[in-house]
Amino acid sequence: MDFRLTPAEETFREEFRKWLNQTLPGDWDPFNQPTFKEPEKIRDTYRAFQKKLSEAGYAGIHYDKAYGGQGRSLMEGVIVSQEMGRRCISVVMPGVITHGMALPLIYFCGTEDQKKKFIPKILDGSHLWCQGFSEPDAGSDVANISTMAVRDGDNYIVNGQKVWTSMAHFADYCLLVVRTDPDSRKHKGLSYLLVDMSLPGIDPRPMTQITGEAEFNEVFFDNVRVPVSSLIGEEGQGWKMAITTLMFERAMGDVVISAAYETNVEKLIRMAATTKNSGQPVIEDPVYRQQIAQSYIEIMALKYHGLRNFSSHIKTGIPGPEGSIGKLLWSEPNQRITETAMDMQGPAGQIAGGPWSVQNGSWQYAFLRSKGNTIEAGTSEIQRNIIGERVLGLPKDASRDKSAS
Amino acid sequence: MDITLSKTQQNIAQEARRFLKKECPSEYVQKMFKDPQGMTDDLWRKMAEMDWMAMRIPENYGGMGMEQIDMSLLLEEMGRVVLPGPFFSTVILAGETILAAGTDTQKRQYLSAIADGKAKATLALHEPDGGSDLGYIDMSGTRNGEDFILNGTKLYVPDAHLADFIVVPVRTGTTGEPADTISLFVMSAREKGVTISPLPTMDGTRKLSAVICRDVQLTKASILGELNKGWHPLMHALQRAQVGLCAEAVGGAQKAMEIASDYAKVRVQYDQPIGSFQAVKHMCAQMFTETESSRSMLYWASWAQDFGAENEATIAASSAKAYCTDAFTNVAAKGIQVLGGTGFTMENEMHLYLKRAKANQAALGTPVYHRERIMQLLASAVQ
Repeated sequence: MDFRLTPAEETFREEFRKWLNQTLPGDWDPFNQPTFKEPEKIRDTYRAFQKKLSEAGYAGIHYDKAYGGQGRSLMEGVIVSQEMGRRCISVVMPGVITHGMALPLIYFCGTEDQKKKFIPKILDGSHLWCQGFSEPDAGSDVANISTMAVRDGDNYIVNGQKVWTSMAHFADYCLLVVRTDPDSRKHKGLSYLLVDMSLPGIDPRPMTQITGEAEFNEVFFDNVRVPVSSLIGEEGQGWKMAITTLMFERAMGDVVISAAYETNVEKLIRMAATTKNSGQPVIEDPVYRQQIAQSYIEIMALKYHGLRNFSSHIKTGIPGPEGSIGKLLWSEPNQRITETAMDMQGPAGQIAGGPWSVQNGSWQYAFLRSKGNTIEAGTSEIQRNIIGERVLGLPKDASRDKSAS
Repeated sequence: MDITLSKTQQNIAQEARRFLKKECPSEYVQKMFKDPQGMTDDLWRKMAEMDWMAMRIPENYGGMGMEQIDMSLLLEEMGRVVLPGPFFSTVILAGETILAAGTDTQKRQYLSAIADGKAKATLALHEPDGGSDLGYIDMSGTRNGEDFILNGTKLYVPDAHLADFIVVPVRTGTTGEPADTISLFVMSAREKGVTISPLPTMDGTRKLSAVICRDVQLTKASILGELNKGWHPLMHALQRAQVGLCAEAVGGAQKAMEIASDYAKVRVQYDQPIGSFQAVKHMCAQMFTETESSRSMLYWASWAQDFGAENEATIAASSAKAYCTDAFTNVAAKGIQVLGGTGFTMENEMHLYLKRAKANQAALGTPVYHRERIMQLLASAVQ
């Protein structure tokens, strides 16, 4: 057992860290970046950064050189992701779905043409992706998807509605889950299409979320003609394909997010040192000391659990049972961190910005945004069902059992 | 980076599980829970034959010189069955302290006896009014010529009633920080002036005693290592012991989770197994989540004791101590809830897990103590 990096990996980390320091603006503050209130700005920031990353040879570290990657090791891929996580780049820039879902899915399941067409454009920052999963009647019950894709010659005609589609209003492409077999039920008969968002008949309508910004959308598909060449994998195999491919990315995602949250805990401590209660720094208050330390501990659990999961995945190629809990290990602790931060501010917790706010109101945003963490990418309840049923082998509840058969 | 278990390490765990399943079934533990001794000589001898006492002791003192992670895997299996008896006090508390502080001669004398299973021992650390403060050491060691006279009370001393010798941190310096005033004495449990009184414990599988010293006269040779320099080696040994409690906690939580989820699969109410109800299923899922993440913390903390920088070893031990023992307590409490009335009986084994969980939370620094220690380290790093 060894938690250390090799000397070569350490050197690589130092190099990349140095590059990041030189490349990011001197006053880079991840907590003070454009939000989804300025969609063009957030997109352009992402594109410019990703382009620099690509030019410097840091984009797609563990992906094949033939598609614009760097052909380096998975560990080096993790190192780059960790460092970007540490500076909170991957958290504040809208590339999570592009790099965490679209890229691996196309890389592992796409045809040669699809790989050549899409991967270089993802890596150089030209294309941003969104994913069309949830629908009004298919939230946690995602297999209930009813958006239809009916074959018509060389095209699919797509009709239906997606919802909670993050970044659809400025994404270039969509990883769209559709039902290609109208007689199918549940997971069977679902397929993935790689859809150009500029096609006629696609109408994204931004929805304002509790933070006041519009990160996600309703997306309407009205007789959209999508070329058959956009199908990824086999028809009807979409579900299985997605689950196996994305397991590994989840493991990597946990590692990235723990790096970002480590930075958040540091920020929390700095805030505690400068924010006062009854004239005394909050950091001297034993109650908050306990809460801050507990948050640190929870982030260490996420970090080392993520690394352990990643490590056993690399070694055995099989995701172990430890992979299934990562989502719970980051979403709930992040809510606790932001709640602690708000509590520490006392009455200033009400102020969302301006001169009398604490750390420019960034925690007020983070507090609200964190409420989405236990909903997005599978609610906590669904995660616990998955653990209970697939890991522990507990029976499904009677009503769900019936509807699935 | 490789955070997986080697074949040898997997074997340690498998062999231990096989042995303990046979030699330490739940009926035995329930019996020992009520037994004043708390373990049979027969089991102690068999464990010594497995070379378990020798694992962490260096080869030149008759041991096997293995790593902390190897010991953690063994302790995980011991926690799984809530092993009663003085293994932890002898091998971890006394053994690690002597290993960290003793001179070559002392190690040869004491560690060889531990490695062979010939001696049982313990560490008498806590004192009245000290709470979780590991540095609150008031027992006095006053010079009397070449000798020292010990006076004071040590509490919550694990398995002192079975110990052949006891390691005792004592205040020998008059003023200053613990780093310059604490000495570690090793004394026979039958030394003149030593009184050992068993205390009624909630967890019957871990017997505790009060150890009172009244004018106990010890020679200078009884000091482990140097006079007044016991604090740092003690802290190093305690970190390993904290990690040891985490290992027990992970094993205990794992088994409590298995008992609960197995029960939820077969216990039928309203015509269906209770595990199909999400209220129960989610409790089991939460038990799994806390257990599995505790195991990751345990691996980190174990590794850090041998290979991490000093600061990392400390923060990892404290983080794991707080996280894993909290998790074990949550898991065992949920275990009782899933089992319902059955789980609330002495007859069912679940009570053993809850009681051990609380004992491990309370011993060697509560989670509150460790969180404060972490906060001190974090605050000094950020500011």
